[in-house]
Amino acid sequence: MTAAELIAYAAFEGGVFSQAFPAFGVERRGAPVQAFVRFSDEKVRLRSQIYEPDYIIVQDPTLIGDVDVFKGMKAGGIAIVNTEKSDFDSGVPEGVKVYTIDATTIALEELGVPITNTTLMGAFAAATGEIGLEPLEHALRSRFSGSMADKNVKAAERAYNLIGGAA
Amino acid sequence: MLEFMEGSHAVAEIVKRCRPQVISAYPITPQTHIVEDLAQMVANCEIDAEYITVESEFSALSACLGASAAGSRVYSATTSQGLALMFEVCFNVAGMRQPIVMTIANRSLGAPLSIWNDQQDSISLRDSGWLQFYAEDNQETADLHMIAYKVCEDHDILLPAFVCFDGFILTHTFEPVSLPTQEEVDAYLPAFNPYQRLDAENPLSFGMYATPDYYMEFRYEVDRAMQRAKQAFVKAGREFGEQFGRDYSGLVEGYRLEDADTALVAMGSICGTVKDAVDEMRENGRKVGLLKIRTYRPFPAQEIADALKGVSKVAVLDKNISLGNGGAVGIEVKTALYGSGISVYDYIIALGGRDVRKRDIAAIVDLAEKGKGDMFYGLRTEVL
Repeated sequence: MTAAELIAYAAFEGGVFSQAFPAFGVERRGAPVQAFVRFSDEKVRLRSQIYEPDYIIVQDPTLIGDVDVFKGMKAGGIAIVNTEKSDFDSGVPEGVKVYTIDATTIALEELGVPITNTTLMGAFAAATGEIGLEPLEHALRSRFSGSMADKNVKAAERAYNLIGGAA
Repeated sequence: MLEFMEGSHAVAEIVKRCRPQVISAYPITPQTHIVEDLAQMVANCEIDAEYITVESEFSALSACLGASAAGSRVYSATTSQGLALMFEVCFNVAGMRQPIVMTIANRSLGAPLSIWNDQQDSISLRDSGWLQFYAEDNQETADLHMIAYKVCEDHDILLPAFVCFDGFILTHTFEPVSLPTQEEVDAYLPAFNPYQRLDAENPLSFGMYATPDYYMEFRYEVDRAMQRAKQAFVKAGREFGEQFGRDYSGLVEGYRLEDADTALVAMGSICGTVKDAVDEMRENGRKVGLLKIRTYRPFPAQEIADALKGVSKVAVLDKNISLGNGGAVGIEVKTALYGSGISVYDYIIALGGRDVRKRDIAAIVDLAEKGKGDMFYGLRTEVL
């Protein structure tokens, strides 16, 4: 949910309307959860869950196989998958572009904990072009303070540059 | 200025600016973030309020009742089982004419246990004497709190109010909200001026024994105050619009109803999804509109009849079920339109958090136009 909230916040900072919400599950760390983000030039009124995403982020690759994470995606869609395997291609629908990133390692190196929200946010920004680096950094600095903000910005920028090179 | 925040946080921020003097609440999902935020604000001295921690919702509302009777502006928030536990106190608050404002983070009632959204909780307190307002989005949720205090504390009204917003769907959603400054809220909402209050120098009793010679008159007076609350809401909503540019003078609000053949009627966050669905159906040449009900109590029967004049079919979406006789809103819309010749169909939807999509709204319009209704929509086929 934190990643969804930060992406929606950064998109809002970038000048569009946005909405982020969890899949209304019981929130506890480690349980499989979904969260959704919409952004639009107009106020977002729709409240249903998202069934045909343009973009997906898979935070935990061990879910793949148990859950059809690509469900509803169409050609032209973009997926960002946190995995150390660079040749990842299992079950990807035709026309969906997959970016892989070892966000867990980056998060461990930059933050000291395997919490990948901000790293994947950087990857999302670079892969989709929906969020600029400036609103992204602004979102992170309003959510985190002091050295935590610096570390998260660095993790996001590292992912942004990694994917930016590949995109 | 629009700011990006969680719905629950928007509520806590606006409640803070309404300057409650006493807050008492018991945390329960999905209301929790509101009261956690407020507890923190009180601890940080951002609000000059007493935050009374209690062991149950029954005690929370009882503490609020006493504090209100002592002349304080009072706030609470709850949902679902918590509201059920307050049932008895709710009737006492209204009967003693205490203008308490309470946020309801709408959630289904057990059994079976469900933390997810429908509107069964507040609907089940229909006859308690509380005003009930339903919000479509987090902006409206925040704004309705200011309007609620204004209406409730009006000496011609003196009734409590629920400000209802859908659990998780709004409480946990982050979206842009514009919050007025403290000065702007102060300009709209003056300090609480109690009509009467507990005072050791001039003793009064509230909620005394009423024999059969007098009890009915008390209920009559609450009902009359409810009826007057329509005009008070219109006035407070208009004043809000004049000051903040967002007009809430309507007890109901029409969306693309001009020339509509079929009208959907709904309350709460589903109205946003319905508006998008209406736009799509209109693009396909279908004459469909929405009537949103903002105040369920008092029920705007005349306003509904006026707004739906000219439509031939009405599809009411009910996120509740009055078991044995259909949805609560549908029953009342049928009463409001009695004798009009308009066909009214009721659809029970979204109980216990079942997701509703634009295509479901279109399917319901199809059903209404075929004359099929008064049914649960979207059931699993194995029960059919």
